[in-house]
Amino acid sequence: MARVKALVLTGYGTNCEQESAHAARESGADEATIAYFSDIASGHVRMENFNFLIFPGGFLDGDDLGSAQAAALRWRFAKTNSGEHVLDQLKAFFEAGGLILGICNGFQLLVKLGLLPALGGKYFERQVSLSHNDSARYEDRWVTLRANPASPCVFTRNIDVLEAPVRHGEGKIVPQDQETLDALEAANLVALRYIDPVTGVATMQFPENPNGSANAIAGLTDPSGRILGLMPHPEAYNHPCNHPAWTRGETSPLGLTLLAGGVRYLKAL
Amino acid sequence: MLLRFEVGLKPHVRDVVGGRVARKIKSELGLDLEGVGIVRVYTVEGVNQAQARAVLDAGALHDPVLHAVSLTPLALAQAGDFDWALEVGFRPGVTDNEARTARETIALVLGLSKAEAKPLAVYTSVQYLLRAKAGSVLDEKTVLHIARDLLANELIQRFEIKSAEAWLKNPGFEPRAARVTGQASDEVLVIPLTTMTDDELVAFSRANTLALSLGEMRTIVEHFKDPATRTARKAAGLPPELVDNPTDAEVEVLAQTWSEHCKHKIFNAQIDYEDAEQGTRRSIDSLYKTCIKGSTKAIRQAKGKDDFCLSVFKDNAGVLRFNDNLNICIKVETHNSPSALDPYGGALTGIVGVNRDPMGTGLGANLLCNTDVFCFASPFWEGELPPRLLHPRRVLEGVREGVEHGGNKSGIPTVNGSIVFDERYLGKPLVYCGTVGTMPVRVAGRLSHEKCALPGDHIVMIGGRIGKDGIHGATFSSEELHEGSPATAVQIGDPITQRKMYDFLMRARDLGLYNAITDNGAGGLSSSVGEMAQDCGGCDLDLSRAPLKYDGLKPWEILISEAQERMTCAVPPDKLAAFLALSEEMDVESTALGTYTDSGTFHVRYADKYVTHLPMDFLHEGLPQMEIKARWERPVIPTDPLPMDVDHEALLSRMLSRLNICSKEYVIRQYDHEVQGKSIIKPLVGVERDGPSDAAVIRPDFATDEGLVLSHGICPKYSDLDTYWMMAAAIDEAVRGAVAVGGDLRFMAGTDNFCWCDPVASETTPDGEYKLAQLVRANEALDHFCRGFGVPCVSGKDSMKNDYKGGGVKISIPPTVLYSVVAKMPDVKCAVTSDFKVAGELVYVLGLTKAELGGSELASELGVSRGAVPQVDLVSARERYLSYFEATRQKLVTACHDCSDGGLAVALAEMCIGGRLGAEIDLGAVPQCGCSGALEVLYSESTSRFVVSVAPDKQAAFEALFAGQQFAQIGVVGGTALTVSVGGSALFCAPVQSLTHAFKAPLDW
Repeated sequence: MARVKALVLTGYGTNCEQESAHAARESGADEATIAYFSDIASGHVRMENFNFLIFPGGFLDGDDLGSAQAAALRWRFAKTNSGEHVLDQLKAFFEAGGLILGICNGFQLLVKLGLLPALGGKYFERQVSLSHNDSARYEDRWVTLRANPASPCVFTRNIDVLEAPVRHGEGKIVPQDQETLDALEAANLVALRYIDPVTGVATMQFPENPNGSANAIAGLTDPSGRILGLMPHPEAYNHPCNHPAWTRGETSPLGLTLLAGGVRYLKAL
Repeated sequence: MLLRFEVGLKPHVRDVVGGRVARKIKSELGLDLEGVGIVRVYTVEGVNQAQARAVLDAGALHDPVLHAVSLTPLALAQAGDFDWALEVGFRPGVTDNEARTARETIALVLGLSKAEAKPLAVYTSVQYLLRAKAGSVLDEKTVLHIARDLLANELIQRFEIKSAEAWLKNPGFEPRAARVTGQASDEVLVIPLTTMTDDELVAFSRANTLALSLGEMRTIVEHFKDPATRTARKAAGLPPELVDNPTDAEVEVLAQTWSEHCKHKIFNAQIDYEDAEQGTRRSIDSLYKTCIKGSTKAIRQAKGKDDFCLSVFKDNAGVLRFNDNLNICIKVETHNSPSALDPYGGALTGIVGVNRDPMGTGLGANLLCNTDVFCFASPFWEGELPPRLLHPRRVLEGVREGVEHGGNKSGIPTVNGSIVFDERYLGKPLVYCGTVGTMPVRVAGRLSHEKCALPGDHIVMIGGRIGKDGIHGATFSSEELHEGSPATAVQIGDPITQRKMYDFLMRARDLGLYNAITDNGAGGLSSSVGEMAQDCGGCDLDLSRAPLKYDGLKPWEILISEAQERMTCAVPPDKLAAFLALSEEMDVESTALGTYTDSGTFHVRYADKYVTHLPMDFLHEGLPQMEIKARWERPVIPTDPLPMDVDHEALLSRMLSRLNICSKEYVIRQYDHEVQGKSIIKPLVGVERDGPSDAAVIRPDFATDEGLVLSHGICPKYSDLDTYWMMAAAIDEAVRGAVAVGGDLRFMAGTDNFCWCDPVASETTPDGEYKLAQLVRANEALDHFCRGFGVPCVSGKDSMKNDYKGGGVKISIPPTVLYSVVAKMPDVKCAVTSDFKVAGELVYVLGLTKAELGGSELASELGVSRGAVPQVDLVSARERYLSYFEATRQKLVTACHDCSDGGLAVALAEMCIGGRLGAEIDLGAVPQCGCSGALEVLYSESTSRFVVSVAPDKQAAFEALFAGQQFAQIGVVGGTALTVSVGGSALFCAPVQSLTHAFKAPLDW
């Protein structure tokens, strides 16, 4: 059974690293290390020593130039002190079979880096983007999600419905064109959708769909299923009392279930 | 060469930001446009054409999926795609965060080294393409109105407009660089203070925004005339012209250090207090020492071994022991004057500024959560605005957005807050921002709540660079707002620069790389280094080493600039290299600026040039104590009769729609209230997550289920009646909010934030003695009620000049105190929310309802005057709170809501709204005393009351806990309406659905 070693990457405005690391541990990861981008750039930390990479939520570079835009360029252009492209480490990590989870701002980063959705196996090519919510507002509210059972995503296996908070201003999936959106659906790369909690059906209705995302997309995976990005924050539902109506007896599977799916996959290797 | 990179949306992407701007123009200015398009403009200096191409190819400034980008104007002005173009950019020197990111990104993409990137500069602006409705004309005057009164704040921004016609002939705007031009300067002026007349001294103080009184100016003159000073200065080798007179920097440093903002002169004053009502007169030696510090000291002594205070009143935030592993610290600040001038920048700076207080407490705290309370005039205010004042809706929106960006981008949840409305806040809005931090009990082998700069330690400044921003902030906020208030006093915060600094400092803390830390806030380096130098007894600071945003700052400006996002550390010599290396690695700028010494002197130089040479004791102890007079005479407040014929159902709806009561969901949702994953009770509760919560609960330590409760009280509406009871009510409101959710009264601490109108009698403040008496009474109440509840104040702040003068008008805010409370709860699983849960549960009211409608929401709604201000009955309140805590521990209560604004009726309605469940209530059962009718029972704002629901099977256990206290079962949860009767005869029946609508409609923006 493989040891699950999670690396939680932060710096430059990422701010959910603590709860993401906590969530990874609670979900069964054997260890969860928080490292700054600078730790990678300086060579103190190397991704190859881990098998579960988490890009947490936050406000990379303050959303200036658009969410995660500047950070995606930093990943593309930055070199380590020894002259190696940081991006090559990330490529090598993924090619070695590692798992990658991007939450909220981390999802925005994966999309802008082109790691998601990587239609046709074209990694590192931006095919979709995440843009301003239709409400034109940042909002914090809980949403209900349904996993796509046909998706190759390893995180969402055995998951049906989840609840988690969204906390973003730029969470609306915008594909570059209709063909891209159709291809995403055909390849089942939509891993999670916003649903109406009453009918259980995917919805374009605000606020159940909090941002107007195309086809109610809340999360995407890649063709390998080893990368998941989603706008909601599963790590913020790490305790039954995080639920907004727990005092009413309302309850649902913890957001940790999603991370546990990734951990289970790695342990089974 | 200046290049304009214009970025606009591709046709398939909906312009939601443009849509929002159009809605704003409609809702705030009443102008109905067809639409607004947005083009973002990056004006770049220092790149050639080939580099520009590379920037475009790399998608450095645009997203190829979403955006079109061009070096020529994107807008075409053809086929009526717009009627006017309006472009808004920053004025030189104003913080432009997006430009900083754009610059860093371009440098990275082009592979420029730091030296190569030096000529590179970026300036952002936003182009609004305004489209008129078909058949209507948009004229230049209207476009200017949109620019000046909504989209551009000319204090910090400039704008240009162009019609579509003009655009067709000559498309686009000229590139403009908001460059600050200036020459490096080491100029230190001699100020001939010792030869000035009194009139000249006063004029000098006013002209330089020193905010020093004549007496204080004279104290400085005397110091420099003192032969001992001259001897010392001569011996130190100061040039002859500086032996007799201070430098410009010395005067400025004294003005900062002695400002009301920093020294709290009024709270430390000797007050001659005459109580004409009682016919007594006495002298008070500092309200701060006697009432605030005095009560805390007594409470701590009484708590004995259960005292949880670790560090109070001496550091940037008060520190408490939370459990064996974790300390908690709390600080609340105000940022009123800057928010009046630039609501967005002022509030943003307010929140990121107060974040630095816990960050600079002890050895530095992790930032856990924020609390924000605002006081505004009605956003629906109609009428002429006095000069320089912004419309309250613009203030509200700007402040809301500033705090949104400051809190959200910093990753700190805003868990608690409120908005208070009163017309007098038109003169000055109040913006309270508070932050709670945590620190491990020990870091790097040391107790985290202690710190001390040692002689020989390096003075290291970390974070942002120094510019002209925020010069005279401390002194500016120490005088009233007037038409000529300086624009440089306004700053715009940069949460990401601060976040990076914070990331670095927390690492440096855990590695034990520094001995002491403090923030650069009011007074800048002058205050931060000046305060830390008190530990060891002096400093030697070289300003020529300070990193500047641009040339052109004189040494005194470098010393007192309040440029944001900076901390100062005392780094021991053997740790300096490691400290600087880690900083560099984490892309944070840190600069050693000198050393801490034991010379007894605040010694500042610019390379070899003397800038200040002030004795530490004169700097910190030289300010003479202020002597002021207070006289209390009880105002006569008539009690008008209440109306006899009332449509109770309609009245309750109107009450729920009052600004002070209605839902603030619009604001709350835009604040991240659960980042960090520790949220237990959120600001919105209930079936539809839209009921109001009494207090926040979070779980600061992932390792345990212990909870931290955060609540507050603020009751300025009682100030006109009696500030004594205003203060008592605020403390009770904060305490009962914390108790309502399950907080332990025995583990509770407070923070007091006074915002007053000028209480010093003068020509322009003829009623100063009364306003000071109001301050005295509020402090007496604080002393009495903190002791009574056993809740010590651990930190606080005051802001004493919240007046506006202009256009022949003076507006003074009502005396306002925000009392914030942190409390512990042993187990978060025992927390209680305010929403009714299950039909059939029993409804109780705890506490006595008295005929106390003075200052109430009902009195305002009905437009009647009532004299009886709510009074807090301490003994019964304390007993009730302790019993209730026990009830929560035994899980006997299913819902609890406190009675505050709008009394019992509003509390019941809000519980129904939260649970989307009705209730049947018999008013006749409510324990009351002296109420003359249903209106008084329903809407009296008597303090210390709760409404709770209890499951029938817990009835006996619950009632047993409150035996002998004032409480009664008043009804049952159930149905779809709030039905109220008196002894069997129906009073009203209000459907929960319509109550919900009334509650949510007013601010549903």
